[in-house]
Amino acid sequence: MSNALYGPVPNVAEQAGYQDPPPRMGFFTDTSVCIGCKACEVACKEWNLVPDDGGPLTGMSYDNTGALGANTWRHVAFIEQQVPARQAVDLGMPGIGAPGAQTAAEPGQDADIRWLMASDVCKHCTHAACLDVCPTGALFRTEFGTVVVQEDICNGCGYCVVACPYGVIDQRKDDGRVFKCTLCYDRIGDGLEPACAKACPTDSIQYGELDVLRARADARLAELRADGEAGARLYGNDPDDGVGGTGAFFLLLDEPEVYGLPPDPVVTTRNLPQIWQRTAMAAGALVVLGVASFLGRRS
Amino acid sequence: MAECHPVGFQWVMEAKARGAKIVHVDPRFTRTSAMADVHVPIRAGSDIAFLGALVNHILTRALDFREYVVAYTNAAAIVTEDFQDTEELDGLFSGFDPESNSYSAHTWRYEGAEAAAAAGQRDPSQTGAEEMAAAGKAAREGGQPETAGSGGPSVPGKPERDETLQHPRCVYQILKRHFARYTPEMVEQVCGISREQFAEVADILTTNSGRERTAAFCYAVGWTQHSVGVQNIRTAAILQQLLGNMGRPGGGIMALRGHASIQGSTDIPTLYNLLPGYIPMPHAHQHQDLESFVAADAGTTGYWGNMAAYTVSLLKSYWGDAASADNDFCFDYLPRLTGDHSTYPTVLAQLEGTCKGYFVVGENPAVGSANGKMQRLGMANLEWLVVRDFTMIESATFWKDGPEIETGELRTEDIGTEVFFLPAASHVEKDGSFTNTQRMLQWHYKAVEPPGDCQSELKFYHELGKRIRAKLAGSNDERDRPVLDLTWDYPEHGPDREPSAEAVLREINGTGPDGAALSSYTALADDGSTACGCWIYCGVFADELNQAARRKPGREQSWVAPEWGWAWPSNRRILYNRASADPDGRPWSERKAYVWWDADAGTWTGHDVPDFVADRPPDYVPPDGARGPDAIGGQDAFIMQSDGKAWLYAPIGLADGPLPTHYEPPESILENPLYGTQHSPARGRIVHPANPLNPDQSEVYPYVFTSYRLTEHHTAGGMTRTLPYLSELQPEMFCEVSPRLAAERGLVNGGWATIVTNRTAIEARVLVTERVRTLRVGDRKVEQVGLPYHWGVNGITVGDSSNDLVHVTLDPNSHIQGKVGTCDIRPGRRPTGPALLEYVEGYRRRAGIASEA
Ligand code: SF4
Ligand code: SF4
Repeated sequence: MSNALYGPVPNVAEQAGYQDPPPRMGFFTDTSVCIGCKACEVACKEWNLVPDDGGPLTGMSYDNTGALGANTWRHVAFIEQQVPARQAVDLGMPGIGAPGAQTAAEPGQDADIRWLMASDVCKHCTHAACLDVCPTGALFRTEFGTVVVQEDICNGCGYCVVACPYGVIDQRKDDGRVFKCTLCYDRIGDGLEPACAKACPTDSIQYGELDVLRARADARLAELRADGEAGARLYGNDPDDGVGGTGAFFLLLDEPEVYGLPPDPVVTTRNLPQIWQRTAMAAGALVVLGVASFLGRRS
Repeated sequence: MAECHPVGFQWVMEAKARGAKIVHVDPRFTRTSAMADVHVPIRAGSDIAFLGALVNHILTRALDFREYVVAYTNAAAIVTEDFQDTEELDGLFSGFDPESNSYSAHTWRYEGAEAAAAAGQRDPSQTGAEEMAAAGKAAREGGQPETAGSGGPSVPGKPERDETLQHPRCVYQILKRHFARYTPEMVEQVCGISREQFAEVADILTTNSGRERTAAFCYAVGWTQHSVGVQNIRTAAILQQLLGNMGRPGGGIMALRGHASIQGSTDIPTLYNLLPGYIPMPHAHQHQDLESFVAADAGTTGYWGNMAAYTVSLLKSYWGDAASADNDFCFDYLPRLTGDHSTYPTVLAQLEGTCKGYFVVGENPAVGSANGKMQRLGMANLEWLVVRDFTMIESATFWKDGPEIETGELRTEDIGTEVFFLPAASHVEKDGSFTNTQRMLQWHYKAVEPPGDCQSELKFYHELGKRIRAKLAGSNDERDRPVLDLTWDYPEHGPDREPSAEAVLREINGTGPDGAALSSYTALADDGSTACGCWIYCGVFADELNQAARRKPGREQSWVAPEWGWAWPSNRRILYNRASADPDGRPWSERKAYVWWDADAGTWTGHDVPDFVADRPPDYVPPDGARGPDAIGGQDAFIMQSDGKAWLYAPIGLADGPLPTHYEPPESILENPLYGTQHSPARGRIVHPANPLNPDQSEVYPYVFTSYRLTEHHTAGGMTRTLPYLSELQPEMFCEVSPRLAAERGLVNGGWATIVTNRTAIEARVLVTERVRTLRVGDRKVEQVGLPYHWGVNGITVGDSSNDLVHVTLDPNSHIQGKVGTCDIRPGRRPTGPALLEYVEGYRRRAGIASEA
């Protein structure tokens, strides 16, 4: 079942009509080295003039912006976990137990804690449902293969909001227009890296050519696995996944759900051709019905 | 470190990527802990017990780097038989005077350096220095450690040594006896750290030290904020000496300062008792002339022996042509100390009415200093107050919206303080330098003009000086000469006539007889032919170039990167790097090669600027009676120390003992398990009705609290609580408690809590988190309450200040406040208005310490 709305695409920009486009650019967010400083959140807002919309303390660890949204284009999640205690005298790498393991433990002795931090962002999907459903053309694919929304064209219909399988794109409360990460389209065109990647002190956010990043991520994963980090995995790097792989992908230390990410995202427009077929059939049936009713009335 | 210095932490992450083990010791589990291989939760205020046990672990197993220890530390030095240790005196050292709560260091001295009691005293000013001088008795030989700068205070002559380390009175054996009771079992009893975890840390530390490997300690200034703050760091220094981790790449002790250029603010000091380059401020009664001022050091060995040259050059830079040999180079013009004028005694003086005016610059004492109430009451009792800051900080508005206005303790109409608020330029709005913890100066250029009336410090003080001088012009009064004779002719540029920051840097660097910029402090003379604003910075403008502005990328130069910025002294990146080579001058190992002796060339060489006399061979033995740098032997790696050795044991210079000793914090839930002496006997007590202490082991205040910072906010919040993007990231004051404490007191995550001490009560939102561990300390469970200290009444995000809970008790060496106390915590918000006072008083009554009516 392969169509232009699903499956691997070797060159998204070319498919979108660019001739000889530059290499596809993306983010590799290696959450294993994220220190949760939130410099990415702040740098993003500074550069893109995103308004603050903070509320009161959430009580959710050190996360007070909650989730990605119209006014949070980078979002750092903080996940506190209890994990089984390490062998204290084992000088090897910390052997983290089963992912997400929750052990009720006696204080201070029998359990360790782990604090996962991860900077989430728009995935810049190979098959971007948001873009596919956008009726105004406000959302478009750039020559770098990224997905950008133009705020002066968006009419606030909100179709994309329900289409995005990750819950990324979001409307502003005032006029309903949608906003999300642009992968700093106005910077990368000038050869600069996006603001978040520039600000990240530990290179948790890496920007570059997607192919290069994917290779680097594979190597990093192998390294972590060799160090005993059993829960380490890549997320979004697979062109065969439900969205054709993402332009912004992640190295996670636990199940995606732990980070609030959908485990198996599928582009919501995957079945669009069939849907249209069925819709056409249904519409046809309606027309028949309508005509019949007219006929009926006349009769 | 990740929490407070996320940008610097990238290097820790880099080290980790190369296989370094990261151990994080902290009462709370922070962003640093999240990245560490091992997090060790510790009871706040028990650091010396933990570190002391590591010392003991090394000594009992003979895991010290023996060759290094014998050659480069004072382990072999023999101490007089008058010395008595805490082992003999149940927690006291010999020389303690219970009347003045202070030590005489006389008995701590080296054998063979008998004159120690009379000298080694660059600055006798401690609390009560005046009485001391008047009484004519040297009650406190221990000068202030910070006046010793990059070296220790001087000892005359060199001590007797036993290089076998067997002599019962040699430092090594004293150390062994002193730390013998610091066992892993004791760590469990005192710190709440399990024996297994202790063993793990001890293994990591010792296996990563030696010829092939080095380990570094990084601490944030929270470690210094204890009544034993200096001794906390001293214990780390003892470990690093025993393990051979000083003066070598990858070793050292890194103080992560609280602000961007705090290192710079001690080098070119904002401290009351220092002149630039750690030259002490002269004392009114002791230092009548230049000769007596430099005398204590002029006779000593090592680089402090050239103090006269540094001081005369400083005087020449201040007073130019007016300073000549005939008038003692205007030494008389320098202000004099008459006692302890550090922050907290100054606040007491405000409360007493003797301090009438106050400059608050880049600081927010109403929120950022311990016992905020004392600070605000002090400022409310001034005649005038000048606040220079970016935003309307609480220290500028306490008179109308401070907590005491709410409770009725102060009434706006009764406060006579005239408050001047002057807006300040930020670092991007002016040229200047930052000096970081590596002593490296990095220049920054103005990016934008300061908005409105905002001014740089440079502009402000230059202008203030010009106006004062204009007012005094033509005066014949002798006392106006120091101001009128100042060299104050800085070039100005731009529409706002901004003084040139580079011209100031050049003046700091110093000039020679020909007026050209000097390239090294070794060129400074004591005859008035050179001028230098800060001798340790000499060379920062070598070749008439701003060396601090160099930005050659790391990939274009050696791994030491000497062409990035400039580090004092003489662009050295690692101090005491002679110790990176063995006594014969060969690298300890290829892996850790850094600086070594090139016998053919007859010179020290290597990756860094050698921190040694360039052509002094390793086998050089100074002749008897040698002075100054001539007295540095070929193996005296610690050249700023007058005996050339790193000090495991401090025979002089500390106010609270020659060796670190665990005492309970001034407010504690425990009886000291180690000694009969409960608290540091020499701690600085601040006695005032606004500064009462909770009784020890009180059931009314059963929990430990400590304060700290968050990544999202900066210190007292003036720079961050006013910014929307940072405020939304940490929008409210909160406290952190363990699930067990939450259950015990009925605290709900996201709800409110009131935290109570004898000083006051504050409210905060609650985070219930496993990151705050319940500690098993001996057979009891200890709960700690974590409190960020960023909040105050102004800004976008507002909240109670945790510093209002903190009592003022000082480290006797550095006069810094502590940050550990005891408290109670209850669910719900605190009472407001006068009811708050009654609430706190109720606690006092229950604790049996009710205030007098
Ligand atoms: S993550 Fe959502 S908003 Fe981003 S490109 Fe994919 S579908 Fe569009
Ligand atoms: S800037 Fe980097 S380290 Fe900091 S929170 Fe973002 S991803 Fe993590």
